[in-house]
Amino acid sequence: MATLNPNPVFRALADPTRRAIFQQLSRHGEQTVHGLTRHAGVSQPAVSKHLTVLKRAKLVRHRRDGRETHYRAQPEALAPMVDWLNLYGAFWRDRFDRLENLLGRMDP
Amino acid sequence: MSNASETSRALVVERVFPHPPQKLWRALTDGSLLAQWLLNNDFEPVVGRRFQFRREPMPNWNGVIDCEVFVVEPFKQLSYSWVAMGLETVVRWTLTPADGGTQLRMEQSGFGPDREANYKGAKYGWQSFFNVLERTLTDLD
Repeated sequence: MATLNPNPVFRALADPTRRAIFQQLSRHGEQTVHGLTRHAGVSQPAVSKHLTVLKRAKLVRHRRDGRETHYRAQPEALAPMVDWLNLYGAFWRDRFDRLENLLGRMDP
Repeated sequence: MSNASETSRALVVERVFPHPPQKLWRALTDGSLLAQWLLNNDFEPVVGRRFQFRREPMPNWNGVIDCEVFVVEPFKQLSYSWVAMGLETVVRWTLTPADGGTQLRMEQSGFGPDREANYKGAKYGWQSFFNVLERTLTDLD
């Protein structure tokens, strides 16, 4: 399993507004900057800036249609972050330790 | 496990225990034993059974993990859904006889975009997931 650099994804999603934009696109599909601005609670230039960061992290793609630009989420780009989280499967490893301990105490 | 991309988004933990599969199966399926090493639960090894695991509540999460039993194949395989923090995953246990014991494999899959439910319609899904993630990362510092 190739481990991609998760930094751009983490950085992009560390900001609550960008997370909200990403979530909005994930849930409701393709939208324009105007549409996103209505939900974001920040100005349109701010939304555009956030979209640039999301695009750089490949979390968002865009396509032009006349004068409008449509954005959509690319949740596949979360994969490096998920891979990174996998390294920290600490919960399950801890539980395996506890299981080992229990098996030693159980009747055969 | 159907394809590579799904596998890459699964969390896998494996270990060989010096005990027979029957004993591991008991630890996996007897609710009171399960509570001693995994989490408090009202599990029963019956396909279709809905149950819950309970972790200690956190500021943004009540600690409840909603589950439904999918597969019960005694001494071999057990799987159930694992819905926590709005993220729907599947936990699959596989027991394989190994030299001097049993290999236990835990695969938790569904973190990735291969499951639409993870990012569509889940009311608090990603938000609460990221909240928890942030706290986890803070705790690691």
